[in-house]
Amino acid sequence: MSAEQNLDELETQLMQQISTAPDAPALEAVRVASLGKKGSVSALLKTLGGMSAEERQVKGPAFNVLRDQITKAIAAKKSELDIAALNARLVDEKQDMTLPLLDDPLLEGRLHPVSQVMEEISAIFADMGFDVAEGPDMESEFYNFTALNIPEAHPARQMHDTFYFEPDENGERLLLRTHTSPVQVRTMENGEPPFRFIAPGRTYRCDSDQTHTPMFHQVEGLVVDETTHMGHLKHTLEAFLAAFFEVDDMSLRLRPSYFPFTEPSMEIDMQCRRDGNQLIVGEGDDWMEIGGSGMINPEVLRHAGVDATKYQGFAFGMGIDRLAMLKYGAPDLRAFFESDVRWLKHYGFMPIDVPGLAAGLSNKSLSGK
Amino acid sequence: MKFTLNWLHDHLETDASLEAIVDTLTLIGLEVEELVDPSALFENFEVAEILATEPHPDADKLQICTVKSGSGEQKLVCGAPNARAGLKGILAQQGAVIPSNGMVLGKAKIRGVESNGMMCSGAELGLSGDHDGIIELDAGVKIGTSAAQALGQTDPMIEIAITPNRPDCLGVRGIARDLAAAGLGTLKADVAAPIQSDTKSGVAINVEGDTCPVFAGCLIEGVKNQASPAWLQTRLRAIGLNPISALVDITNYISYDRGRPLHVYDADKVSGAVTARQAKSGESFVALDEQTYELTPADCVIVDEQGVLGLGGIMGGMESGSSLETTNVLVESAWFDAIAIAMSGRHHHIESDARYRFERGVDPASVETGLNLAVQMIVDICGGTPQAPTMGGQVPRPETKVDFDPARVQQLTGLRVEESEMQRILDALGFGVETGKTWTVSVPSWRPDVAAGLQSSAHIVEEITRIYGLQEVPSTPLPKRAGVARPTLTLAQRRAGLMRRALAGRGMVEALTWSFVSEAQANLFHVADGLKLANPISSELSHMRPSLLPGLLDALQRNSDRGAQSLALFELGNEFLAPEPGAQRFVGAGVRAGLATPKNWQSRAASVDAYQARGDAQAALAACGVDAGALQVLPPQSDSYHPGRSGVLARNPKQPMAAFGEVHPAILQAFGITLPVVAFEVYPDTVPAPKGSGSPARSALDLSNLQSLCRDFAFEVEAQVEAAQLVRAAKGADKKLISEVRVFDAFEGGNLAEGVKSIALEVTLQPKDQTLTDVDIEAVSEKITGAVEKATGGKLRG
Repeated sequence: MSAEQNLDELETQLMQQISTAPDAPALEAVRVASLGKKGSVSALLKTLGGMSAEERQVKGPAFNVLRDQITKAIAAKKSELDIAALNARLVDEKQDMTLPLLDDPLLEGRLHPVSQVMEEISAIFADMGFDVAEGPDMESEFYNFTALNIPEAHPARQMHDTFYFEPDENGERLLLRTHTSPVQVRTMENGEPPFRFIAPGRTYRCDSDQTHTPMFHQVEGLVVDETTHMGHLKHTLEAFLAAFFEVDDMSLRLRPSYFPFTEPSMEIDMQCRRDGNQLIVGEGDDWMEIGGSGMINPEVLRHAGVDATKYQGFAFGMGIDRLAMLKYGAPDLRAFFESDVRWLKHYGFMPIDVPGLAAGLSNKSLSGK
Repeated sequence: MKFTLNWLHDHLETDASLEAIVDTLTLIGLEVEELVDPSALFENFEVAEILATEPHPDADKLQICTVKSGSGEQKLVCGAPNARAGLKGILAQQGAVIPSNGMVLGKAKIRGVESNGMMCSGAELGLSGDHDGIIELDAGVKIGTSAAQALGQTDPMIEIAITPNRPDCLGVRGIARDLAAAGLGTLKADVAAPIQSDTKSGVAINVEGDTCPVFAGCLIEGVKNQASPAWLQTRLRAIGLNPISALVDITNYISYDRGRPLHVYDADKVSGAVTARQAKSGESFVALDEQTYELTPADCVIVDEQGVLGLGGIMGGMESGSSLETTNVLVESAWFDAIAIAMSGRHHHIESDARYRFERGVDPASVETGLNLAVQMIVDICGGTPQAPTMGGQVPRPETKVDFDPARVQQLTGLRVEESEMQRILDALGFGVETGKTWTVSVPSWRPDVAAGLQSSAHIVEEITRIYGLQEVPSTPLPKRAGVARPTLTLAQRRAGLMRRALAGRGMVEALTWSFVSEAQANLFHVADGLKLANPISSELSHMRPSLLPGLLDALQRNSDRGAQSLALFELGNEFLAPEPGAQRFVGAGVRAGLATPKNWQSRAASVDAYQARGDAQAALAACGVDAGALQVLPPQSDSYHPGRSGVLARNPKQPMAAFGEVHPAILQAFGITLPVVAFEVYPDTVPAPKGSGSPARSALDLSNLQSLCRDFAFEVEAQVEAAQLVRAAKGADKKLISEVRVFDAFEGGNLAEGVKSIALEVTLQPKDQTLTDVDIEAVSEKITGAVEKATGGKLRG
């Protein structure tokens, strides 16, 4: 066998060993056996030192070519084996992606519908330039009645079934405010006209049945300046209710009524129709009472220290719980205060659901079914 | 206030349709609450004649009647004793709804015999109390006539809600006047003529005291009290009143017709002069409702020389009332002060038509006209001879005249109304008008609500606009500030909104619980004196809440009773500190109960713990602008919490901003809660407001590009040493270099000695100028161990 033949045979043998190496250690064994210190190719290269210059000139390049080929082949095979090994590992690492997750707090938490609706109301009235005023739940008879032109012993005081506290040594007795109207007087007392504010809050009456709870929420609205008239009241209510119920048009019927703190006084009736259980507002031939309103009685302005010969304005009041019930279809007022988590989760709002005028007040149409 | 269409026509000349009348009533402030059309009520009822009767084979008292109706002949079983051939009555056909009980009539078998339809009694039709037999109609009535027609039940009944300011509309005539003003016809002339009497003397009447300034009376001799005529009975029944006797019915009728309460005494039971005066302590009387009332000087009584006859303006007495035997009557038409009547009626808990009207204000001018009308009706119906009427005291004549600038209508409402139209409306409502630059408007005696003074113009404007039509008020936008609307929420409101979403974002559910709690709950949370309601709706809701926790714990307990195993509720609201307006504090509070981590495949199930509650409190404070890093955890100050597993969060130890911890087991026991519960309370008002308006811009950010590195230190300290002390000491060891200190392990027991615990810190070093050398790191490590040892006595574990 010639030397050339031997070289070819070695090459063939090594290339075959490389290509058939089943894994990285086998390939390493081929590398050591060929290119290692005592490897077959290394042994060939060592023989160059004992050759004549002429012979070396012939054999040298041949041996080096062989060494380079083997080196490349081993590297290529190594890369191939690495990829295969990685793929095998990935297959091994498979997990059951259907295992259920723990509840995400962000998806579990809820705001009470009354809070959400209060934010909606504030957002709408902020756009119309109304501040948000507040006042105490426990009130004096003066602020709850007298300052609102409801004189002592007047039958109108019977209209409100009031929670009272025991009288003090001077015979003065506190009460729980029966409406948010005392905030009108307190806020005007502490400021100077013009005024434009809403006053949401808790209110109380000795009442309990399906549509009455001893505690409920009202929002009061008030504008006082030198020129505001009933037409402004009408537009403000139309604009608010259209925005709140997210309809294009809202038709209202102002119906003459009586409240001691406004003169003239009007009930606010909202145009609506029923479609099965659903209430559709802003259209139809039915009217639904949604609150009371009127031009502020000059006596109230006087009690609040506002010059009633110069200033005039309107006030209105609505039930927040009722607005929430109508908009979001919650049927029973009592459930609002029962704190049943199942109810709260169903009618409540996610913390990321922030009402705003740019995006719309309710997230009613973020996705289809 | 109920009335019928025919009744209205007594006072209003009109050809307006029922629909127009009903619509107009609501639009002018007399809200229609109910409209009952009797022709609808009597659908499927018709006139039928009994052709023949035969005995029922199995029942002695029943007969089988063959009846003829508009649709032919049919057989039915009837138990009425008066059922006989030739009788015409009212037949209820299948499908008829029986008015007295709401039952729908179907085909029936009565004792084995098929019965098709029913001949009705007056009681079944809701027309009378007559149960004893079926209605017998006039023989001339045509078979097949509708029952409504045959019974004269075609008069629609209208019920309207009367606001407290409109006592004049508690009489049909007042309603007619309003409708006439609104253009629906003309008010007819009044009918009552002065009393004609041949005699000159009458009963002596005196008035004393302020409640009853006038009392007019008329004695009528020789009356025959009896059942009222059919028209009067029909009217009273239509508005839900039971006819009693002509004398009583007439007073009831005038009460509804004119808003004028009257009283009729049996004159034979009245001795001597009649006096209206304040009651004396110790006086009592038995009223028509058969109750005995103990009177006080605040009550106004009508007395004779023997004693109390009645509670003036509220209810007459049992003794002196009229009966069917009465032959001589004294008719009372008096006027009582509204407030005195309201107080007296409220004190005695007597509801009566008279009280209802007097406490709202009866027209004083009707003292005389009402008496005239009553006497006329009594004489017409019961006969008798009236004596001359007598009067004690004087009719109050409030002469209310107010100045009115017609320009106020447009100023206050935006409506342009012609002055002539304003004048027409006021005139039609009975107001007198003297025009001029400023008008002088005189208020009719039946409108006590239109007061003089500051508010008088507003009242006149209301009268004009409600009749003119509020629907004409032009919808007018409020002037808007140029540019974009400004934010309107106060700092406290902004914080509340952020807190709410921060807590909900932590998986908590917002509840709204009552502002009141039970006495036991209030005491557990140390309620202040004076916060008990005088008239609570129930003993469970008797005290103003001293804390939000009792309401939330109650809610937890209810949810847990329904099987909930893991709960997280919060509420933002006021707790009440003292009995004065404004002595309330806004609080954000929350409770977590049961499992914090439910059974799951990734980690061990775990109960709620106080650290979660601290996390909630810190999140809520962060929403109020408080940096959690600036907060210290200090020992608890409230006994609502587990003393060893709770604390307060504060920047200034004297003013904690929040409390948190495990709820005290004694409290849980009181609430019947068996789940573990943690809670927190955050007081946003303790967080100082930012100074000035502030700038949204952030401070300059100084970031280092050099690599940070971490070193771990495990210390052994005595068990009572708090982790915060170690962290604080380590942080302070080199404020420039140390950017963070984190506790990554804390334990007791194991191979540690008794009373010793291990706390391990990971300290992050962030060089700013140059990379740290081993020497630098060694130096800072020594500083850290030195500082911790100095502060806590802790030593590095070997």
